[in-house]
Amino acid sequence: MNVPSEFPPSAASSDGKAPLSNRSVLLRFALIGAVLLLTVFAFGYVGGWLAPSRLTAQRMINQLQANAGVFPGYRRNHAKGVCVAGYFDSSGQAQTFSAAQVFAPGRTPIVGRFAIPGGNPYAPDGSVPIRSMALRFSQANGQQWRTGMNSMPVFPVATPQAFFEQLQAQQPDPATGKPNPAKIAAFFAAHPETAAFLAWVKTAKPSASFATESYWSLNAFVLVDANGEKHAVRWRMVPENGETATGGSDPNYLDADLTQRLAQGQQRWHLIITLASPGDPTNDATKTWPADRREIDAGTLVLTSTTPQESGACRDINYDPLVLPDGIQASDDPLLPARSAAYATSYLRRTSEEAHLPGTATSQTEAKR
Amino acid sequence: MTRSTTQFVLAARVLHWLMAAMILSMLFIGIGMVASVSERHEWLIHIHKPLGIAILLLAVVRLIVRLRNPPPPLPADLPAIQKFAAHASHWLLYVLMLVIPLVGWAMLSAGGYPVMLSDSLRLPPIFPASAAAFAIFRHAHAWLAMLLFLTFLAHLGAALYHGLIRRDGVLSSMIGTRRR
Repeated sequence: MNVPSEFPPSAASSDGKAPLSNRSVLLRFALIGAVLLLTVFAFGYVGGWLAPSRLTAQRMINQLQANAGVFPGYRRNHAKGVCVAGYFDSSGQAQTFSAAQVFAPGRTPIVGRFAIPGGNPYAPDGSVPIRSMALRFSQANGQQWRTGMNSMPVFPVATPQAFFEQLQAQQPDPATGKPNPAKIAAFFAAHPETAAFLAWVKTAKPSASFATESYWSLNAFVLVDANGEKHAVRWRMVPENGETATGGSDPNYLDADLTQRLAQGQQRWHLIITLASPGDPTNDATKTWPADRREIDAGTLVLTSTTPQESGACRDINYDPLVLPDGIQASDDPLLPARSAAYATSYLRRTSEEAHLPGTATSQTEAKR
Repeated sequence: MTRSTTQFVLAARVLHWLMAAMILSMLFIGIGMVASVSERHEWLIHIHKPLGIAILLLAVVRLIVRLRNPPPPLPADLPAIQKFAAHASHWLLYVLMLVIPLVGWAMLSAGGYPVMLSDSLRLPPIFPASAAAFAIFRHAHAWLAMLLFLTFLAHLGAALYHGLIRRDGVLSSMIGTRRR
């Protein structure tokens, strides 16, 4: 507010109240200023501007970019992938546990995506042993179920903060262009919860095919049945064709393999839902549940076609694991809201680049690499 | 009807204070949810969407109330520039109250998201799926919200200036304590 020079501050108000002294006018202006300033500070605090050390989705994505570089228009993680399409044939067996339309007997169309981890869309397929499957189920009632799964039974860490620290440890050293092994070793030593993942990695080999892998939800979710009863679950996609082989020397063998397999026929997985027993952790993706837990075969995922991600329907889909239909809910796993927030930030950046908005990364950044 | 010349009608006053609370909450919810990776991110988003639609609906009701009940005139001795600022900021507030929720709705539609107000209540899309349109709407949503926050600050400052310094009855015409 600017001080109204047109008005002597001591002028009587139009109500005929006693005029204010100059001192009291000044005090009242100061009070107004204080109220406004306090509001701005509160806003800035809630928005994280006054808390630069707080972990935000922006910092998470910045770290992914620091590790892999910026490739305009691509996802900031799992950048290299292909689109697939098909449908889910529900067996009806999960219906007792979830009211979601997708579990009623019948078919739900799918737009999906296979990918490898990392932010580099040109990474060779054999460079990592992990593959991922993301799916969007489009229910007839307009609700959607989106899920992003990985070909490993556990996640390395349990919290967004630990994941951020892992990314920091893996950031390439500017001198060598490679991550510093000592930093990585120190990270894993400081995070004993990574043990189950490290044990898995030791035996894992880069698969020759997306189609022969199992994909785990990693995070727990909650199914809600028609009576409102809640059931903690995890799920995985188990391939009908589980023969294993490791990939060849072509850096893009996964895409070629998938195209070839789909030309010969549909590829099928079973959606296996595992029900937690009381006491099974739902907030810790580093821990598997005991093998004797009840499992349901909820139906068959049938993939029928693939398209390059640059032109396919999956390109503009954010596979946010918290886009859930009525009947499926998030668990208390802290990774879930962090994934949702980080995916949203990545999605905003790449769609802004696709729209060529000013201030977004351009292909020059890519050419420099 | 002398009261109608010194005070806003009851419906306008109720809507004003109700929406003041909702919009201020909304601004903090919006800025808070995009800066968070915790479970707060999720529950703030779950409040954000139905609250935004509620603000949109109430803004329409309020516009009708406003058009049917002209507000009390500003003090005759208020300088023209301040009168202009008062009118312009009020109409800007109305526009933003209507446009920001619509842009948010269009943004989710363009992003291909189902627009869920609750676990089961879904609004139809109001814009075809388009990544470029999503990006534009998403940025517009944030910048317009910033503009709303700044307009709110100006509005709050002006109200306090009228109430504490000019003491000209403008603030009490909305608080409803004015007796004649």
